[in-house]
Amino acid sequence: MTAISPDPVLADTAPALQLDSVRKVYPTGDEEVVALDHATLTLGTDEIIALVGPSGSGKTTLCSIAGGILSPTEGTVVVAGEDITDYSQKQLTDFRREHVGFVFQGVNLIPFLTARENLLVVDEIGRRTGAAGRERADQLLEELGLADRAGHMPAELSGGQRQRVAIGRALMNDPDLVLFDEPTSALDTKLGEQVMDLIRNEMKSRGTAAIVVTHDERMTHYTDRIVHIVDGVLTE
Amino acid sequence: MRLALREMLRRPGQFMTAAVLLTLIAMLLMLLGGLLDGLILRSTGAIRAQRADLVVFSATAEQSFLRSRVTPETRAQVAAVPGVTSVGGIGVTQLGARIPGNGPRDLADVALFGYQQAPDGVPAPPADGEVWADSILQDNGVKQGQTLQLGPSRSKVKVVGFVDDVSYSGAGSLWANPATWRAVQNENRPASSVAPGVFQALVVRTSGSSSSVADAIDQATAESAGGATETVSLAAASDAIGGVKQQRSVFNQIIGVTLVIAAVVVALFFALLTVERVGLYGVLKAIGARSRTLFAGVVAQAAVVALTAAAVGTVFAVLLDVLLPPGAIPYQLLPSRVVISGVSLLIAAVIGSSFSLRRVLRVDPASAIGRAS
Repeated sequence: MTAISPDPVLADTAPALQLDSVRKVYPTGDEEVVALDHATLTLGTDEIIALVGPSGSGKTTLCSIAGGILSPTEGTVVVAGEDITDYSQKQLTDFRREHVGFVFQGVNLIPFLTARENLLVVDEIGRRTGAAGRERADQLLEELGLADRAGHMPAELSGGQRQRVAIGRALMNDPDLVLFDEPTSALDTKLGEQVMDLIRNEMKSRGTAAIVVTHDERMTHYTDRIVHIVDGVLTE
Repeated sequence: MRLALREMLRRPGQFMTAAVLLTLIAMLLMLLGGLLDGLILRSTGAIRAQRADLVVFSATAEQSFLRSRVTPETRAQVAAVPGVTSVGGIGVTQLGARIPGNGPRDLADVALFGYQQAPDGVPAPPADGEVWADSILQDNGVKQGQTLQLGPSRSKVKVVGFVDDVSYSGAGSLWANPATWRAVQNENRPASSVAPGVFQALVVRTSGSSSSVADAIDQATAESAGGATETVSLAAASDAIGGVKQQRSVFNQIIGVTLVIAAVVVALFFALLTVERVGLYGVLKAIGARSRTLFAGVVAQAAVVALTAAAVGTVFAVLLDVLLPPGAIPYQLLPSRVVISGVSLLIAAVIGSSFSLRRVLRVDPASAIGRAS
């Protein structure tokens, strides 16, 4: 088990994610539940993997640890060359804001903000770049084919459009790693494929790594690799 | 913060219940404050109007004009104290007044003052048998040139003009020269008659620190054959008027309870709102929002609701001031009261909303993952 310390020179070439023998244990009463059991996983800088597994298999825990929401009980977590294993909650919050993108299940856009404002939230809670942030949001909306929907509320958008806004939001902070939590679960096959195609294009064109959590084996051929997880154990 | 304020603009309906409740509370606060100020001002006008820094009572009087007597000897000692620049005698008798044109039992409460040093807005003492009348007595039908009959002895005084904001203990005041006042006092209150040259109290102007002059006066008269004194500030003399302290304390307690209610309303409302927002906060925390930012948003929303309520409450207070017929109820709109009410409502709202802090802190960003919206 070797810990990789953050190195700005290596950062560009360092893997997007390195999980080394990560264990996560939840205490429940007198017993312990092992959600993740010595998981080791490395993601290249622009690699897209599908994480497939039944409910309760540890997908959520793995994503939460990889995305800097939870800290592991054992093992090391290195994201884009930065070892976040022992980060405090506050450090993790700052880390997520700068380096990780999330697309949540059910999209979870902020209902009282327009599509454009949903993207700008990332800038407002973070660096507050002002004009640069607005420019980036407009550019992302343009790329995602949403330029003419920028001023619409989530309720006025179709399911596919909402999903694209969520992808735009995840890319606002120019992340090193994006986590997609069941991105196609609410969409029909055709729309799901379109969204997966879009995800692949966006990730590859930016050289950004991604983990796509899915139940849907049909969507896995858009990814570079499939990782299965059962009872907290990873298999390829 | 911007997110929170934008939410208020986009979903004003969500905050309507809290805004309406707080607005009602703000109106109540302004009304209570206005009534308190009105009552106090109406009780203390005659004392506040004195162009003086100190009031000298006899030591045993417990700051009551009724019980106090100051002899000419004591007065001379007071005048000799360094720092005393002027001394005026004052006395007051509270009586029922019969007003021409009103029924035989329709008496108006009046306070007849005998004075030497003219208070603010009151001309110099009039001739014997004449009085300046408080303008609030016009509501009782008093007119210039009328002769009023005071007390059981029906002592006659003629109204020669009106003066404003000089009422005393809730009653309209009449301002006579010392001889007229003594005559009326002695006719109607033979048991507590006042000898020539004697007053109930002295109003004293000072140069320099009035509190040290007050101490010096009491020291100078301590061994006096004419009687020791108790010298207090004008504000303390106002507070010593019957009922003033009690009114203030009762109203302040009601205002305090009202503010606690405001804080509880805000606390409950934002607790509910925070519970509703657990999903939203989870997502925002997952994408990197700090708890501090989210909590600041909650407090900002409570502050906006409170300020809106205070603004509407202020409009209500002004309307009340304009629309109430003068003298109908003792209501007085003071800018300082409006500011104090607004600021205390704001503080109550901020305190109330801060009860949501724990809930905001407890939201787990992990809850945003692995869960449909």
